[in-house]
Amino acid sequence: MANYYSETPELKFHLGHPLMKRIIELKERDFADKDNFDYAPQNVEDALDNYDRVLDIVGEICGEIIGPNAEGVDHDGPKCENGRVAYAPGTDVNLDATRKAGLMGMAMPRRFGGLNFPIVPYIMAADMVSSADAGFENLWGLQDCAETLYEFGNEDQKQRFLTRVCAGETMSMDLTEPDAGSDLQSVMLKATYSEADGCWLLNGVKRFITNGDADIHLVLARSEEGTRDGRGLSMFIYDKRQGGVDVRRIENKMGIKGSPTCELVYKNAKAELCGDRKMGLIKYVMALMNGARLGIAAQGVGISQAAYNEALAYAKDRKQFGKAIIEFPAVADMLSTIKAKLDASRALLYETARFVDVYKALDDISKERKLTPEERKEQKLFSKLADAFTPLAKGMGSEFANQNTYDCIQIHGGSGFMKEYKCERIYRDARITSIYEGTTQLQVVAAIRYITSGAYAAKISEYDQMPVAPEFEDFKVKLKAMADKTQMAVNQVNDSKNQEFHDLVARRLYEMTAYTVMGYLILQDANKAPEMFATSARVFIRYAEAEVEKHITFIRKFQEESLADYRKA
Amino acid sequence: MGYKIIVLAKQVPDTRNVGSDAMTPEGTVNRAALPAVFNPEDLNALEQALRIKDANPGSTITMLTMGLPKATEVLREGLFRGVDSTVLLTDRALGGADTLATSYSLAQAIKKIGAYDIILCGRQAIDGDTAQVGPQVAEKLGLPQVTYTEEILSISNGKVVAKRHIDGGVETVEAPMPLVLTVNGSAAPCRTRNAKLVMKFKGAKTTTEIAALTDEAEKAFYAQRPYLAISQYGAADIDADPAQIGKAGSPTNVKAVKSIVFTAKESKTFSSSDDDIDSLMAELIASNTIG
Repeated sequence: MANYYSETPELKFHLGHPLMKRIIELKERDFADKDNFDYAPQNVEDALDNYDRVLDIVGEICGEIIGPNAEGVDHDGPKCENGRVAYAPGTDVNLDATRKAGLMGMAMPRRFGGLNFPIVPYIMAADMVSSADAGFENLWGLQDCAETLYEFGNEDQKQRFLTRVCAGETMSMDLTEPDAGSDLQSVMLKATYSEADGCWLLNGVKRFITNGDADIHLVLARSEEGTRDGRGLSMFIYDKRQGGVDVRRIENKMGIKGSPTCELVYKNAKAELCGDRKMGLIKYVMALMNGARLGIAAQGVGISQAAYNEALAYAKDRKQFGKAIIEFPAVADMLSTIKAKLDASRALLYETARFVDVYKALDDISKERKLTPEERKEQKLFSKLADAFTPLAKGMGSEFANQNTYDCIQIHGGSGFMKEYKCERIYRDARITSIYEGTTQLQVVAAIRYITSGAYAAKISEYDQMPVAPEFEDFKVKLKAMADKTQMAVNQVNDSKNQEFHDLVARRLYEMTAYTVMGYLILQDANKAPEMFATSARVFIRYAEAEVEKHITFIRKFQEESLADYRKA
Repeated sequence: MGYKIIVLAKQVPDTRNVGSDAMTPEGTVNRAALPAVFNPEDLNALEQALRIKDANPGSTITMLTMGLPKATEVLREGLFRGVDSTVLLTDRALGGADTLATSYSLAQAIKKIGAYDIILCGRQAIDGDTAQVGPQVAEKLGLPQVTYTEEILSISNGKVVAKRHIDGGVETVEAPMPLVLTVNGSAAPCRTRNAKLVMKFKGAKTTTEIAALTDEAEKAFYAQRPYLAISQYGAADIDADPAQIGKAGSPTNVKAVKSIVFTAKESKTFSSSDDDIDSLMAELIASNTIG
């Protein structure tokens, strides 16, 4: 039986990180549920054993159902019929399997029927589902929206909607409009309060809405008439049972074809306000996006895993010039680099997920009781780390997914260009990951203030304090040099006081930082489990060192008068 | 309305991926070389039971297995998928049973479990491939039987309508409850484990194991959670006649085990007339196939 969890021991390695103990204690409130719910853990070991067992179920469903269905789903795609979405037959089978296995609402508290899992094991499930079928991850992973509803909805809304999500109903987040993509401040969908109906009514159009015919929608709409910016936007909950939203069409996409991307028409759709008016974009959608970005980071890593598996199998099997092509250094170089990027982006993904876990759990506890001063300090620290690391994980995870699927096809040669091989679907599926939930360019914008303020630099010097075995010392020296060069480049840009120069090279500073951070993380992993990560750590750090060198050369030699060459407006 | 369902399951060596060390030089199965698994067609039977339970709230499923204490693994797998209670039938006296002694023992255990409407089991186990136990259990309990079941279409007015797999097609039959159905591998595959049920039942132990606990905290843990107890029956608990169980109750003797490669020849069709059956018996005896 194919099982993505047992076949990917790296996941269990990351589940064993020392910070998991703290995360579990916070998430389980010192095991307060242990006598109230028959599936609640008794202690840390019991909780870890639960995650391990449940991830094994996810791995089995990915191996036996979602993975084998992926090709059919990609081929059939969803259909739009009479304003409703009909999923591809394979998608229905996948959803039924994940529902019956109880994998909806994984991170929700038990009182709503959830599993109360931390973000780390939930993201591991997303990692595997994405590896099996990145398009299906979009449907299954929209349970993320429940997190936002949980954080900002009132108790009555949580009772009514979260129980349904945990029982298997799907969600969507309706943000984008024809004229409001990256710039969500321009959202115009109109929300008006109707005294007659005693509720809000939504009118207008949304576009590019993933799973737009979901059971429960979170909708960003303009509630303050006459406003034109983000301060006039509120978040609403639309329940499909109420009616009023129809699917006008489904986009014909390049990849993730199983996931219906819908254009929605709202006609007096009854909705209820979630949280406070005017906080829709500035608070709730930002929270929603951060969660979604971590999900896309996982999607990127899962796709990289699929690319590696396919490339490795093909390179071992394909013979040319009398031997398997894996024996040629030109092919082996590509394979080793795919694996190194995979392991490094996964290390960054789970580091980020742990940061998110600690601060979210403390946030949640702060609603029940006053945090101690130590806890407040911890919450602030981890919240900042999560904010800083999420755009790194999303941007690099998705860019690596694109690079890895490109190389995966390259290893397949002409066969990779044909529909017969999985790699062509994986390649198409990867392409969107560096675009949606904020393009890589917007991840750079989100990360750059932490670069220029020295927030990453502080974390990097912390990593540098961690000891490694003598065999890895040389690589640590390389990483220190990379960190220093990155700092030099940052200083040069800061000292220039030239915003245009700063914006032009921001992507380069971002990558230098990300390569250094990932280098330290993969080195730590190699130090703990050399049999699993030592090769990847060496390959990655050599690669990253050269990339940093490339960027520092560009920045160092750049003359500010050359900026004119890049102005196209 | 709910039904009382009993599912018979067996833990078997995984004969689907056999290596060269699968058999001992003596011609018996080398259990050490083959992982123990849930007999595949028993999983098909379990899925049919779960579907009846889904469609008829209030239904209960009891899973019964006979085997070594290690066979509790299949019972836990049942609990992970929605089985309500489990019974392990284990006793040295029951060991070495052929299909006759096995079906007698299972029938006795079913009587001990009590009331039932539907008994489901796989068509056959992948270790013996006899397909005899299900039908023999039905005979011993005096129940009607539907073999090769692919799908249970309906249950109403005390009758079950089921589709059964036959040579060259399907046949739809109706039978009164209580009854035994043996389920074919072509039936719907079994659902995967459920996350909450796995977390709930992962610590399920037999009543014997629980009674043997010495740690006070552990004893209290199990005392508070009676659902974690797997009932354990021995030969004495099922009022078994010693002459009908284990080796004593098993007239079958394995003469030799040979590796046979099947070659398809022409098929023959016999009607159910006494003449045809007599001629078939004569032919099989003449060719030493039986006798």
